Formats: sequence, structure tokens, C-alpha cells
Amino acid sequence: MSRRARAFLLWALAMLAGAAIVWNSRFTADMSFFLPSTPSAEQQVLIDQLKEGVVSRLLMVGIEGGDGAQRAAASRALRERLAARPAFVSVQNGEAGSIAAERDLLFARRYLLSPAVGPQRFTVDGLRDAISGSIDLLASPAGMLVKPFLTRDPTGELYELVSNLNGGTQPAMRDGVWASRDGSRALLLLQTRALGSDTDGQEAAIAAIRADFAAAAGDGLRLVLSGPGRFAVEARATIKDEVSRLSMIGTLAIVAVLLVVYRSPRLVGLGLLPVASGALAGVVAVSLAFGTVFGITVGFGSALIGEAVDYSIYYFVQSGRLGVDAWRERFWPTIRLGVATSLCGFGALMLSGFPGLAQLGLYALSGVLTAALVTRWLLPQLAGDAAATRDPGPAGRRLRAAFAALRRLRWPLLALAVAAFAYLGQQRDRLWQPDLSVLSTVSAEAAAVDGALRADLGAPDARYLVVVAGADREAALQAAERAGQRLDRLVADGLIGGYDTPARFLPSRAAQAARLASLPAPDELRPRLRAALADLPLAADKLEPFVDAVDAARRQAPIERADLDGSALALAVDSLLLPRADTWSVLLPLRPPAGGADVDPAALRAALAGSDALFIDMKGEFDTLYADYLGEAVALSGAGLLAIVLLLAVTLRSPRRLAAVLLPLVVAVALVVAGLHLAGERLHLLHLVGLLLIVAVGSNYALFFDHLEQAGGADDETLVAMGLANLTTTIGFGTLGLSSVPVLHAVGVTVGPGAVLALLLSAVVVPRGTAR
Amino acid sequence: MTLSRFAAGLLIACLALPAAAAFDIGQLMADLARHKGGRAKFVEKKYIALLDKPVVATGEMTYTAPDRLEKLTLTPKPERLLLERDQLSIERDRRKLTINLAAQPEALAFVDSIRGTLSGDRSALERNYALHLAGTADKWVLTLLPSDQKIAALVLRITVSGSGNQVRQIEYLQADGDRSVLSIDPVELR
Repeated sequence: MSRRARAFLLWALAMLAGAAIVWNSRFTADMSFFLPSTPSAEQQVLIDQLKEGVVSRLLMVGIEGGDGAQRAAASRALRERLAARPAFVSVQNGEAGSIAAERDLLFARRYLLSPAVGPQRFTVDGLRDAISGSIDLLASPAGMLVKPFLTRDPTGELYELVSNLNGGTQPAMRDGVWASRDGSRALLLLQTRALGSDTDGQEAAIAAIRADFAAAAGDGLRLVLSGPGRFAVEARATIKDEVSRLSMIGTLAIVAVLLVVYRSPRLVGLGLLPVASGALAGVVAVSLAFGTVFGITVGFGSALIGEAVDYSIYYFVQSGRLGVDAWRERFWPTIRLGVATSLCGFGALMLSGFPGLAQLGLYALSGVLTAALVTRWLLPQLAGDAAATRDPGPAGRRLRAAFAALRRLRWPLLALAVAAFAYLGQQRDRLWQPDLSVLSTVSAEAAAVDGALRADLGAPDARYLVVVAGADREAALQAAERAGQRLDRLVADGLIGGYDTPARFLPSRAAQAARLASLPAPDELRPRLRAALADLPLAADKLEPFVDAVDAARRQAPIERADLDGSALALAVDSLLLPRADTWSVLLPLRPPAGGADVDPAALRAALAGSDALFIDMKGEFDTLYADYLGEAVALSGAGLLAIVLLLAVTLRSPRRLAAVLLPLVVAVALVVAGLHLAGERLHLLHLVGLLLIVAVGSNYALFFDHLEQAGGADDETLVAMGLANLTTTIGFGTLGLSSVPVLHAVGVTVGPGAVLALLLSAVVVPRGTAR
Repeated sequence: MTLSRFAAGLLIACLALPAAAAFDIGQLMADLARHKGGRAKFVEKKYIALLDKPVVATGEMTYTAPDRLEKLTLTPKPERLLLERDQLSIERDRRKLTINLAAQPEALAFVDSIRGTLSGDRSALERNYALHLAGTADKWVLTLLPSDQKIAALVLRITVSGSGNQVRQIEYLQADGDRSVLSIDPVELR
């Protein structure tokens, strides 16, 4: 077997093995791209809520068009159909019905559920206080709540249970169903059985809603739908669509360029070998290291193609006249240094705690390294001396003239650079967007619809949470009850308006047992009741139903979770009491204090200090998370930059040459940032990462100009190769700029123009700074 | 959450909301509409069959035309009720219950009986009640009889009496036979 055949066979085997790994890889396009890989306890709660929390499973539906009666009819028909589907845990549209069931359930179990039930409650004093409280309540409009139950529940346990619940904001009502405030939409609120992180389940649920709406609604009615599930489904569809579209566009454009230049399909095919190898190696590396490959990572492929194809371009264009060995000797060291700077840039990203960024880094690093290695070791074997024999003369001469003309523009260009720096200095506080939402694929219109539906429905946003945990359900509920005692004091102090807890409807067995034990037998209760009522306008003998109810309660079995099945109480408990692998956690969502004041996180943390309860401000966590990512991106970019500078310093061994190589890159970065900011682009951490990549990728051009100066002047082949490599890189990254996925878009619009500027500025700056 | 709506629904379903505010009904309404609000002491007596004697609440109420009514109960227990446009809120024992009346047509009809009387809004009143007027401008009695079955299930009759543009007493006769009488004693007119 010839050396050539052996090399090809080895390569083919490696590719096959890679393909097998990719075939078995798990691809995903969900939000875990953005979620921290090593979360803090608070961030873990945030992640759990995003992935499976109740809020992540809410879908909001609006029905528009037609008249109010048609919308209400459609709302009822849709609710009926959806409620019959197992895909939905709850379907609400404001139709009355289940309220009585829940009230009856609470009423029947009031002595097990009411936090006021205890030994003190059934003493003479306790009875007198509670019953006179109920009589006072009769004087209030709220008294109508207790009146129908007075003889059975004179101590007001039902009122105790119900008044802990918040009235909250409720949707407006039109024609017997929920409607938007202006009445133009009928509204439904759905909770899916599928978790928020189960994008397939969310997609199926949304498809079911659309199908049932089509079947249930009359002509002229439209469906509006929003919620985290829809956003997840659409984000996935967008990413899926763009991964193939962008890679296709990038590849076709690059192949077209190469065909024009090489005029040889065989050369184009050979030139794409390193690219294909690199793209495959990137996915394999990510799959092996992370287990799961993000769609966005693969979407980055178009940029990788544009970058990886450069090496074969240099080889084909430069080796034609010189032959392979001379090419290796003269140009490979420069290319190798360019590869190394690119690796420094991508490698820095791999250290990020932002999983998406770490994947992009590993993907690009493995891809570029593989492409370079294949170009160096395999391509010459396969191509032999068939490299481009076309004389690059005319193109080279035109480029030379263009670069020379550009050099006359050096002073205006440097003035422009100074202006860009001055502008950036003046705008420095307004450059960067401070929150994570800039990375979201949700469009402004979709966000507006979501906001309108949410406001009209009063859907919970659950910003503040207290979280406790226990080894099992009972321990978790007891922990929730202990935290509840602390929170009760905060409610009394007015620091919070109230809170929800699963223990309200499913008290721990210990709490239920204690309440049961405090219930007196009829013979004990009757005399105490007579004493308690001595001065009250209520005769003891009218309260015989109360005595019977207490007696019956003493024989009640404790409430189990199953007893709540089929009621809204079950939902309330399940959404707040969460079984995990080896622990149960309990969420206690807090409500802001009455009067519109906000919750004071510092006061809450202080009040919970010393307990095992964790206070979480979800928005604060998001902001912290993004700030962490941004801070880390700054640090990593700095480290990557430093690595590149050190590498160049060691290799070039001349401060003057180093400065000449770096200056065009720094100016390119400044021009790109100033340009994007002026164009109104909202800059975020991916733009920042893009800046690092401008330096990492752009240094290749500066190095070649440096090389040419050292070699005593530019040859046409190298100028053409650089021009072509720059064009493909710009096409690759520029294609990402077309993406509607902010992560890809940001890198694209930054590195695309940055690469062009790096070449042009290098042509202007480097020769001046060295030989002449 | 469903449950909070349930709480609100339950409360509103049995809501009795008394408050302050006519010969020819049109004339009376015109007089009432000229009343721009003011502050008054109130005494509210509820006669409940189950109790040996009526429960009495006292306090102050303030009406600002056309749609703001605040009722501050001082005895037997402090409580603040505020009706502002379509929002009804009750604060008691540090707990606050807010009810969006637009979401509760029956409660809205109920509230309209007071608001309509105070502001002299005849069309709002006639939407849900049949009106009967007796007496003179100086001493009139306006009777509201619910025309809607759902409201009649809560209240049989509302009797409002007063002199000039000042409402002096509102009596609610509930469907279960219990009744409440709200007496209003103006301390300040605007």
C-alpha cells in the first residue's frame, strides 16, 4: 500500500469512527445552553423552576375576533375539549364550577388544616375569643363569608383558611368567562403535564390546543398563544432551521468562491476535506466532552467552515509555484502561528462556566486544529503536485495595487481610529446591555403578546421564593411549617404580604396529629362552650352542630396527598412540593406587601438567617447569573488576548514587530465596536467574545504581512491567498450575522467585519511598522 | 391561583355592601348627582336570626363623586373598605383582599346599587333594579327591587331614604330574612 493510500485509509477510518460517535450523540436546542454548568444552590432552584416549575408549564391562550358571545362560546368549547386531554393538568377559563368542591373539601377537613387549631383554641378563653371574633366579623361585609357556616364553624376555621389566600388580581369577566380588560379577547390559562424542559411535550400540547381550537372555534376567531413552552418550541425550531440554512448558505458561498478561483472541482473537493474533517471533529469532541451537543454549537459550523478552509487555500495558492516542500518551509511556520493564535482565542472560551460558550470554544478549537493538521499532513499526500497551477498574477497585481492605494489612506484611517476610541471612551457606560434577556430568541412582538396576556390573566411571576428541603415528604412539610412560622412574623410586620405553602392544604402528619389531639370530646366541649358564650349574643344550644363537627373530626383520618386529587388544591400542593432524587424540596412563593411596596431582599435574608430556609430573588438570580457570565467573559477574553500576545512576543522576538502586528487588530476591534454601537446593535457578552475572535482570527493576516516584510516583499501568491482566505472567513462569520439567534448573530456581526478590517488595517500598518 | 379566586369569589358571593346617597325619580337623581361627596359617621346594625341581639358596627365613611367610597369601621374591629372604580378592597387583621368587580357581575350589580344612588346614576340603577320612589324632596324613600334572579337570591330589597341630596339610611333585606340597617350622619359636606 502506498504512503498516500495508507494516509487516506487512516483518515477515512477516523472519519468513520467520528461519524459513528456523531450518529449516537444527543442534540438539544433547549435553554440549558444558557444555564450555569456549576450552579450555586440559588441558581439550582432557578434552573429547576425553569425546567419543571409550574410557571414554566403555564400556557396562556387568547381568543380574538368575532363578538363577545362567540369568543365566550369558543372559550367554553375549547376548555371542554382540552380538559379531556391528559396533556393538561388544568384548564381554566373562569367558568364557575369547581369552587364549591374546594370549599367543601376545606370545610370538611378544617380541624386538620387550620393553623389556629391547638389546645388553646378549645379552652373557655380560646373559644370566647374565636367566637366573638366571628360575631365581630358578621358586622363586616366579609362577615357574609362566615354566616352560613356559623353554627358548624363558630370559631371561624374556614375563614382562617381562606383569608390566608390572596385575592390577587383576577382576570376580567365577560359573558361568563375570563377576558382581557378591554374585552377584546377571551382568555384561558393552561398548565401542561409536560415539564417546561420537555420541548417535545410542550410542542405536542401546543399542537393539541391549535387542533382543538380549529375544531371548536367558529369562523373569524383567531388564537393567540404564549408562555415559556411556546418560546422553547419556537427557539428550537428557529435553531434547527438556522443550523441547516446557515451552514448551507456558508458552504455554497465558499464553494462558489473557490470554484471561481481554482476552476477545478477536484481542487475544491480536496480543499473541503480539512473543513469536513474539522466540522466532524468539532461535533465529536463536544459530544465526548459534554454528552450533549447544543444546536447553537452546530450552528456555529458556518463560521468554522469559513475559518478552516483558509489553510487549504494557503496551501493550494502558495504551493503551486514553490512545490510542497518549499511551502512547508517558507509558509507553514506562519500558518502554524496563525493556527496557534486562533486556538488561544477559542481555547479561552472552553474555560467558561457558561456551557454554551464552553461548547462553542471546544467545537471551534477541535475543528480548527483538525483542519490545520489535515491540511499539513494529509492534503499534500492526496493532492500531490496537482495544486493550483493557475497563475495568480493578475489578481495578485490588482491586490498589490489596492493595498498600495490603501496605504495612502493611512492617516485618514488612523484619524478614524482615534475618533472611534474617543467615541468609545465617551460611550463606555452605555455600550453593554446589562441583562440576560438580550440572549433570548423571543422576538419583541412575541414578548409584547406575552406581556399583554400575562397582565390580563394576572399569571404569577413568582419572583421571590423561599426554599426548604427534607429527606422525605414528611420532613419537607415539617420544614415548610417551620419556615412558615418565621414568614408569619414577617407578614405580621408587614415585610411581606403573604406566602403560599403546600402545608396549607397538606400539613405534615405531625401537625395534623397535634391538631387532632387538641380536639375535645363533646362532654368536655359543651361546658366550656357554655362558659365561653355567657356574655355573647349567641346561645350555646344553637352550636350543637359545632360540638358534633368537632367530635366527628376527632375520628378523621389524616389528610393524604391522594385526598386532594381532582381539586385545585392538589395542583397547588404538587407545584410547591417537589420530589427530587434523594430529597424533597418545598417552594414557598412570597407575595409583596400590601400597598405596592417591594419585598426587601436584605430584610428577608436577615429574617431567615440561622434557619435552613433559602431566600431566592429569581430576577436577582438572573441578573447575577448574567453579570457572572459577563465578568467571566471579560476575564477569559483578557486571558485569551494575553495568551495571544505572549505567543506572538515569544515568536516574533521584536517589540516593534509585535506592536505592528497588534495595532491593526486593536484598531479593528475599536472600529467594530464603535460601528455596531452606532448602528444601534445591543452589545452583549457574545459581541465581547467576538472581539476576542477578531484578534485570534485577524492576527493571521497581520502575521502574513509581517512575514512578507521579513521576506523582503510581498509575492502575488500570498496576497491572493490572504485575500481569498479573508473572503471565506468573512463569508463564514458573516453568514452567522444573518441568524436570528442572538448568540450566533452577535459573533457573526462582530467577527465578519472585524476580519475584513483586520486584513485592510494590517495591509496599511504592518509594512510601515517594519521594513521601511 | 385558583384558590385565591375562590376566596374572592366566596366573599363576593355573599357580599353585603352598605353605603351612603328622590317624588320624581329623575328629580331625585338630579339632586343626588349634584352631591359631590363628603364625610359622614355611620352606624350599621345587622339583625341576624341566629343571634340574640343585632351586631353593631360604627365608623366613618367618605364619598368622593363619582366612584370612590371609603368606609372605615372603628368598632367592633378596625377595618377599611375601599371602593374605587372597579376595585374593591377590604383590609382587616393586616390582611388585604382586593376584588376586581369587573370580574364579578353580581357583585358589580350590588355595588352599583350604592354607587348609582350616591352619584344619581339612574341608568346604572335600572340595569339591575326596579325603582320605586315615595315621599317628598325633603323626606324621600327609594326602593330598589332586583330584577336579576342571581341578585335576588342574595338580597330581596334595598331601601334608601334621605332628605334633599343627602342619603340618610340604607336598609338591606337579605334573602334569608336577615337584614342590615346603615344610618348615615353627615359631618362635612363638600
